Amino acid sequence: MSLILQNVSFTYDRGGSNEKQALTNIDLEIGSQEFTAIVGHTGSGKSTLMQLLNGLEKATEGKIYFHGRDIYEKGFSMKELRSKVGLVFQYPEHQLFESTVLKDVAFGPRNMGWENLQIELNAFQALKEVGIGEELFDSSPLALSGGQKRRVALAGVLAMQPEILVLDEPMAGLDPAGRQDIFQMLSRLHQERNISILFASHSMDDVAEYAKRMIVMHEGKIVLDGPPRKIFRYEKELKQIGLDIPSVTKVMHRLRDRGIEIDDSCLTVQESAAEIVQWYRKGAIE
Amino acid sequence: MTGNRKWNNGETNNQNKKAKIVCTENLAHEYSRRDENGNIIEIVRAIDGVDIEVEQGDFIAILGANGSGKSTFAKHLNGLLYPTEGAVYIDGIDTTQKEKLLTVRRTAGMVFQNPDNQIISNVVEEDVGFGPENLGVPTMEIRKRVLDCLKSVRMQSYRKRSPNHLSGGQKQRVAIAGIMAMRPKCIILDEATAMLDPVGRLEIMDTIRSLNQEEKLTIILITHYMEEVTKADYVYVMQEGKVALKGTPREVFACTEKLTECRLTIPKITQLAQELNRAGLPVPGDVLSEEELLACLKI
Repeated sequence: MSLILQNVSFTYDRGGSNEKQALTNIDLEIGSQEFTAIVGHTGSGKSTLMQLLNGLEKATEGKIYFHGRDIYEKGFSMKELRSKVGLVFQYPEHQLFESTVLKDVAFGPRNMGWENLQIELNAFQALKEVGIGEELFDSSPLALSGGQKRRVALAGVLAMQPEILVLDEPMAGLDPAGRQDIFQMLSRLHQERNISILFASHSMDDVAEYAKRMIVMHEGKIVLDGPPRKIFRYEKELKQIGLDIPSVTKVMHRLRDRGIEIDDSCLTVQESAAEIVQWYRKGAIE
Repeated sequence: MTGNRKWNNGETNNQNKKAKIVCTENLAHEYSRRDENGNIIEIVRAIDGVDIEVEQGDFIAILGANGSGKSTFAKHLNGLLYPTEGAVYIDGIDTTQKEKLLTVRRTAGMVFQNPDNQIISNVVEEDVGFGPENLGVPTMEIRKRVLDCLKSVRMQSYRKRSPNHLSGGQKQRVAIAGIMAMRPKCIILDEATAMLDPVGRLEIMDTIRSLNQEEKLTIILITHYMEEVTKADYVYVMQEGKVALKGTPREVFACTEKLTECRLTIPKITQLAQELNRAGLPVPGDVLSEEELLACLKI
C-alpha cells in the first residue's frame, strides 16, 4: 500500500489575479506503517499538500499514484480514494451537523452507498475506537465537550475505513491531557488497525515524542525528510525557516556547544536525563 | 490571605478594590442548557466562587484544561458576561453598572483566539484606528495613536498593507495594536496564541512582555501552553470553575500531581530538572529555563 507523489506542483488561482504557487516539485512516498509528522510554519504548504493527498485539490502539475494507479486517470474512483485516505481538517468539530452522534458518524459511509448494516457497524466500531461510550450515541454532537466533539469528528472519518489517516493539526486548541488522549488513540489505530498516520503539527515536543518520520516544508517545498532524531540536528536551519527543536534537545545541544562529550540527539526527558546523569557521574569519578 | 481580607471592615475592603486593576469577589457564573423545546435540562456552574486580585502592571497567567471555566472568567473582565453571583471590579468599577460599560471595555481590552475573526478593515492602519474612531477621538490624535501602537507591536512597516496577507502572528499583533489604540490599562489574551505556529507564538509573547515591562500595561494571559507562563508574575490554575492552585510559576510548577489532576503538565525543562534532581544531581526541581538548568550544572 502506498501513496506516491511525483514531481507535484500546485498553483492557486492559476492565471487569475491572486495566482500563488503553493507547492513546487514535490516527490514523496507515504507507505503503510507510517507515523509521520509534517512540520512547517504557516503558509509553508502543509495543508495544501494534505488536500492533494485525498483528491480534494488537483495538482496543477505532476502525478499522484495510489496503489500504483494514477489518481487523475479516467475511470479512477475519487470516491474510493477519499474513503481510503481519510482527511481530518483543523478543528474538525466545527463540521459536526447531524442531530445525533451516531448519525453524524454514519454520514460518510452512507454517502459511499454501503448497506445499512455495514454503515451502522462501521459507525459503531469507529465510535468505540475513539472512546465514545454508547450512552452518548443518541446525544446531539453539539452537547458534547470540546475533546469529545473532536473524537466524534475523527470517528466520522474512521468509519470510512481508511488505510491512511491524514490529520491537519489534530491537537490544536486541546489541553495537555487532551493532546495525549488524541495521540494515544492514534497510536492504537496505527498499531491495531495498521492505519498509516500523517499529521501536521506545530509542536516539536509532540513530533519528537510520537513521530517516526518527519517531513519539513518551507515555501512549498520539502526541505528535510527523515527520522526526527536526525532532522533535529539541524537546529540552525530549522530556526531559519521559523521552526524550532524540542526544548530538551536544545539543552543537549547547548551542553555539546560547551565542549561536553554527550549524545545530543536525545528527544525525550527520560533520554536526556539518563545521558546527563551518566556524563555527570563520570566527571565526579575523575 | 484572601480569607483574612473578607473579615476586614467595609471601608478598607472598598479601598482595596479601588486600588486593584482587576478584582473579582466570590464570582460565580451559571448558564442553563436547554433541549430542542427550550426546556431547561441542566444548570451548569461554569465559574464557582473565584477570588482574583490583580495589581496594576502585573503579568498574570490563567491556566486550565478545556472546559475549566477560564474563558468564561475572561468574558467577565470586560462585561461580555455578567456574574450570576459575586462581583467583578475593573479599575474600581463594578462591571454591572451599565452606564460605565464603555469605560470598562476601554480599560480592559480583549484579544481572542482566532486572528481572522478580529480584523475588520482592509488596511492595517484603518483597522487599528477603528476603536479610537468609535470612541470619538480627534483625527490627529488617532493618527498619532495608530502609529505609536503599530510601533510598539513592531508592525509599523505594514501599516498600509492589507491584513489578509499577514501571517497569524502578525494579524494577532495588529489586533493587539487595535486594543492598545484605545489606551487600555489592561489587556486580556484569551488563548491568543493557540492557532499560531512557533514563530507567531514567540512574536506574541515578546510583544506582550515588552508592553508589560516598557508600557507598564497589566497583562492577563489565558493559555494552556505551560512554557508561556514561566515569565508571569503570578499564575492561577482553574479546575471545574474554581481556582485550584495559585502562586508564582515556580510555586505552581512544583505541584506536579495537582497539575496532572487538572489535566495540565509542567514544562519539559522543569521535568528534566526534576529527573536530574531525583538522580542526585545538584539541580533543584523548580528550574524554569534552559539557562537556569545549565547554570546549575556549572557549565
